[in-house]
Amino acid sequence: MANSAIDVPPRGGFSFDLCRRNEMLTKKGVNPPSFRKTGTTIVGLIFQDGVILGADTRATEGPIVCDKNCEKIHYMAPNIYCCGAGTAADTEAVTDMVSSQLQLHRYHTGRESRVVTALTLLKKHLFNYQGYVQAALVLGGVDCTGPHLHTIYPHGSTDTLPFATMGSGSLAAMAIFESKYKEGLTRDEGIQLVVEAICSGIFNDLGSGSNVDVCVITKGHKEYLRNHLLPNPRTFVSSKGYSFAKKTEVLLTKITPLKEKVEVIEGGDAMEE
Amino acid sequence: MTKQHANWSPYDNNGGSCVAIAGADYCVIAADTRMSTGYSILTRDYSKICKLADKCVMASSGFQADVKALQKLLAARHLIYQHQHNKQMSCPAMAQLLSNTLYYKRFFPYYSFNVVGGLDNEGKGCVYTYDAVGSYERVGYSSQGSGSTLIMPFLDNQLKSPSPLLLPAQDAVTPLSEAEAVDLVKTCFASATERDIYTGDKLEIVVLNKDGICREYMELRKD
Repeated sequence: MANSAIDVPPRGGFSFDLCRRNEMLTKKGVNPPSFRKTGTTIVGLIFQDGVILGADTRATEGPIVCDKNCEKIHYMAPNIYCCGAGTAADTEAVTDMVSSQLQLHRYHTGRESRVVTALTLLKKHLFNYQGYVQAALVLGGVDCTGPHLHTIYPHGSTDTLPFATMGSGSLAAMAIFESKYKEGLTRDEGIQLVVEAICSGIFNDLGSGSNVDVCVITKGHKEYLRNHLLPNPRTFVSSKGYSFAKKTEVLLTKITPLKEKVEVIEGGDAMEE
Repeated sequence: MTKQHANWSPYDNNGGSCVAIAGADYCVIAADTRMSTGYSILTRDYSKICKLADKCVMASSGFQADVKALQKLLAARHLIYQHQHNKQMSCPAMAQLLSNTLYYKRFFPYYSFNVVGGLDNEGKGCVYTYDAVGSYERVGYSSQGSGSTLIMPFLDNQLKSPSPLLLPAQDAVTPLSEAEAVDLVKTCFASATERDIYTGDKLEIVVLNKDGICREYMELRKD
């Protein structure tokens, strides 16, 4: 079959079929739809026994909050986690893709994944797509060479840092880190500082909000503290509650037969084909 | 030479939501106190509600500088009115004045979205809702600002108003008691704050009735 190659579903990668059509539509003034962004505060720091990652839980679409309690700390490997900011679909897809590659690599080698492996896979992918895969990441983990913390920008550049922040609340969070971070923090001090940095983003950046998620990774052990802090409960609930009418209002019950209004010619000429 | 595109705008959007509900002998006007730009909060304690006359209050969201200019202009016009007529302007008169003032700037509008609430000459609650260039209408309840798209359907569901096209004209005031209306407003803002990033921090509620004017505050989410 000559055209069977066209009929099989794509095996991987992106489809660019609609790019030319979309370009034409944009020129004619039709704007593409907006995507779910995680205008976010994500942070990470290295403490005496390993790495702590933190994130808020708000996802926005323009000025509207579309998820009040989303998960932004993604699983990469048992000893590696990754916080994502940017377009929600991109951060999820890119972390899922790389975590699957890491799993296959572990099956092949029979060894624990290294943070630099994840880093290289992520930056390769992001660089390939010239920034169009909108994922800004904070990658943290502990492997046989010790604790590691990296930031990855959407264009594929990376940093290796003792403490890092990303997303729209990165400045608010970095203000806390820059004033209070020191080397050799204990576990409790580390969590406390991460929570404070995330809260700074939650309260001062409108793109970030709701709750605080924390992930503590140490040698051979990790602890995912989902909704570690809930600083924003609902402020008012009406004592009597509200009822919503189940039926729509009946406007008219009288039935007017159509025949009085329209003259129906029975067995008239058939329409031309 | 190619034409340079203007990359500067005289307008900004400082967000915020306003609600007003008219009852048989009262009027509730409420707004949040957050002022923001882009993704930043400028202040958590800025009142969007302005008293225009003894029985007339305006709540405005949009661009704060334009709102401020509009409030100053209305205050000046009201002072002149008081000197000329030796009395306070009525709420329907103030509502018409606001419409004229907005339409005067039809081609360089005040970027402000207003609701006016008060008591009319019979002491009945009245609410007027506007667009930025002066189109206005007397209604039973209204919402303006960044959270209005979330609040208005809820008010429609709870206080469905008769069509303004009905003959004879139906009374638009809501059947709720004053306390129920204040509760409804609190629910509106608590819910809008959950989903609108520009609404939050604190709710300011002004109640007008035959005893005069009273203010009340409620905390909202601060994230």
